[in-house]
Amino acid sequence: MISFNKIKKSQQYIWSIASIIVISLVCYGLSSLIGYRVIGFILLISVSLVAMIFDILPVLLAAVLSALIWDFFFIPPYFTLQVSSTEDSILLSMYFVIAMVNAALTYKIRKMEKAAILKEEKENTFKLYNTLLNSLSHELRTPISAIIGATDNLQINSSKLTPQNRYDLIAEIAKASFRLNQQVENLLNMSRLESGFIQPKKDWCDINELVYDTVKRIEENKISQKISININPDLPLFKTDKGMLEQVLYNLLNNAVQYTPQHSRIEIVATAHADILEITIQDNGKGFPKEEITEVFNKFYRLKNTQTGGTGLGLSIVKGFTEALGGAVGLENISTGGARFTVTIPAETSYLKNLKNE
Amino acid sequence: MNRAGILIIDDEAQIRKLLEITLQSNDYIAMQAATAKEGMIMAANHPPDMIILDLGLPDLDGHEVLKQLREWYTNPIIILSVQSDEADIIKALDNGANDYLVKPFRTGELLARIRSALRSTLQGDITPAIVIGNLEIDLALRTVKKNGESIKLTSTEYTLLSLFAKNEGKVLTHHYLLREVWGPGFINQSQYLRVFIAQLRKKIEDDPNRPEYLVTESGVGYRLVGTE
Repeated sequence: MISFNKIKKSQQYIWSIASIIVISLVCYGLSSLIGYRVIGFILLISVSLVAMIFDILPVLLAAVLSALIWDFFFIPPYFTLQVSSTEDSILLSMYFVIAMVNAALTYKIRKMEKAAILKEEKENTFKLYNTLLNSLSHELRTPISAIIGATDNLQINSSKLTPQNRYDLIAEIAKASFRLNQQVENLLNMSRLESGFIQPKKDWCDINELVYDTVKRIEENKISQKISININPDLPLFKTDKGMLEQVLYNLLNNAVQYTPQHSRIEIVATAHADILEITIQDNGKGFPKEEITEVFNKFYRLKNTQTGGTGLGLSIVKGFTEALGGAVGLENISTGGARFTVTIPAETSYLKNLKNE
Repeated sequence: MNRAGILIIDDEAQIRKLLEITLQSNDYIAMQAATAKEGMIMAANHPPDMIILDLGLPDLDGHEVLKQLREWYTNPIIILSVQSDEADIIKALDNGANDYLVKPFRTGELLARIRSALRSTLQGDITPAIVIGNLEIDLALRTVKKNGESIKLTSTEYTLLSLFAKNEGKVLTHHYLLREVWGPGFINQSQYLRVFIAQLRKKIEDDPNRPEYLVTESGVGYRLVGTE
């Protein structure tokens, strides 16, 4: 970083000197047409322009250099640093002062601008952090409250509870624990992604097995939606990270289950296009608001006017993992209603059909 | 049958309590140790029928405890750990753990794994004929039957299935299966395993897409579920 700045700075010196010399040469060509006082103004403007782009030291250099050039080449007597009239010497010293002030002021303004940008960035980070804290504390505290509340009832209120009450309270504890576990899983995955150390462990994957296993895990939560699976039986094996791909599918399915109306239909299709695996997950729910489609993969982003719950992490993990696998994920609304997520992953393939008779 | 004694080595009192209740209510005798040192002394003084070992112990790395126990202890060891990293699981299985469950675990699952691991030691020698649901595997006659009807397997398919049958209920790692079935030069050729598991499922499962016998342990290996 430091060495990069140094290079840039040395270039700034060259550029500021070069621009003053070029402008001086142009003015020299025009000196028969315009007076040297106008040329002084042109040089002064040049210094101001240089001040808008470069750091203070190159600008001060430009100011001094232009003053010397003006005196040496343009103010009579030419080719000396001497100034013959009093008026000219006042002009020259005023030129010098104005150039310096100009340089200093522009520099100051730019510094303030930088500070303002930095402050805004800090505020944005803070806002993001706050959103995270809010949704996190909601997502973690709700199930914890349910667990504590239910166990309190079972311990303190025990004599007043009917067997049905007892059964319901225990069911609530189970539900809350499951939810808590899922959020912790999301947080762990997010911190894995954020750490930047995420390294896919690629091995041969049977996509058929992976999809069915993931659907089985989702269906264990007693969902009302109907999930159908459509996989080409001739799909080759793909060399990719099974655990990460499974998490991608799980989060997409879980998202569809959470945000589509009861008894919606969800369809998973897996196909191979040369060495690219394509998995689509579509539902017949309400789809996504058009203006928010590009935002849903952002970290902590939650749809406006959506039900409470959710941290806005699920889909950002989908995006992070997919990209870590070298792939991409897209979202579109389908004309018949509902949404379609498409995950494409380039991977080595293997067709091992000749093994069957071993 | 005598009640089986199970030693729990875990530093978390809550987990120990939970396991104690689970085990006692299922007719096992539960013993507890909070550190690796205490656990190893208890195991040496009164060798239990099984050890449930946590990997995150305060005084010694669980993998090391496992290695030291395996120098003399031959009964089943089930690992119970918050570490869900596949490499950790494979390492523990390679070091002689019979099974591995990640916390949070389901009680039903734990009990099934305990039963399955205990059965493998109680039986001593391998029973030649195994019946799981409507599947019969006879290792002596080298026959496999489903719903009473014989199934034709290729020789590789049979070698693979017999390995599972000999280790009923136990998770077998990818490397182990590849080495045993195809040879040491094939341990990285997991595509062979994927293809043959899929073929085997087509022959032995009711619905090969929703296997009930030959289940996947994601990223680790496969397991032939035990007889219940």
